[in-house]
Amino acid sequence: MIVLKDVLALLDAEVLTTGTDPEAAFQRVFASDLMSDVLTSAQPGSLLLTGLANSHVVSTCRVADVAGVVFVQGKRPSPAVVEEARAKGLPLISTKMPMFEACARIAGLAGEGGHGRG
Amino acid sequence: MGEAESVYRKEFPVKGGDFANAGAAACEIKELLKDLGIDAATVRRAAIVAYESEMNVIMYAREARMDLTVSLGKVHLVVDDRGPGIPDIELALTEGYSTATAEMRELGFGAGMGLPNIKRNADVFAIDSEVGRGTRLDIVIRTNGHVNP
Repeated sequence: MIVLKDVLALLDAEVLTTGTDPEAAFQRVFASDLMSDVLTSAQPGSLLLTGLANSHVVSTCRVADVAGVVFVQGKRPSPAVVEEARAKGLPLISTKMPMFEACARIAGLAGEGGHGRG
Repeated sequence: MGEAESVYRKEFPVKGGDFANAGAAACEIKELLKDLGIDAATVRRAAIVAYESEMNVIMYAREARMDLTVSLGKVHLVVDDRGPGIPDIELALTEGYSTATAEMRELGFGAGMGLPNIKRNADVFAIDSEVGRGTRLDIVIRTNGHVNP
C-alpha cells in the first residue's frame, strides 16, 4: 500500500482538498493524461498521477473507483473542481515535479515493499 | 425481460456539446446501482459503460436518451442518440480509431477507446447506426443477482 503522507513527503506535494486523511492508502498507482486509458486500465483503489487538471479527471476517477489524484508539473484544477472532489471524498494533491520524476519516486516507494505498481 | 421483473427504471437525457455536465448521468447511474445493492465490480463496469456512452454523445451527437433498466440479474442500458451516425461501425470499434477533434483530445478523451471499452465491459453489446440519423447502443451487464427491490 502507498500511504498519502509518504507521497506528500516524497513529491514535496500539497493537499488541495481540505479534510483529507494523510493516512489514506492506495493499493496501486497509475499514471496517464488520457482519461480513456484510466477507464480502460486503472485498477480500483489506484492513485492517479496526471498532468490533466479539468473536471473530467474527477468524473473519471468517480466512475473508475480511482481513490486519489496527484497533479504533476504544478497543475491545479479550478476551485470548483477541488470542491467537487472534496465533497465526493476524492483526495487531490499537487506537486511541482514533472511526471517522470514523480513516477520514479513513487516507484521507489512501491519497490520498498509498497506493492503499489499498477 | 418482462416489465414485472424490472426493479428500477430511469431515463437520462444527454445533450451534445455539454462538456460542463459530462459524467453527471454516469455518476448518478453509479450511485443508483450502488444503492440497489449491486456488487462493486458490476457497478464499476456499468458506470464505465455509461460514462463512455455519455462522452460519445457529448462529443459527437446532438442529443440522446440513456435508458437504464435494472432487473434481477442484469443492468440494461440503451443509448439512443440523434446525431451524425457512424458510417463504418467495424472501424469505429477498432481500438485507436478516432475522429475526435484536438479540443476533445485536450480534455483527455477521443483516443479511439470509447466504443471498444464499452464493448469490453458489456456482457451483451449491440450497436445500430444510420448515417444522418443517429446511433443506438443496447448493452447488458449481468449482475450476481443480488438486487435490493
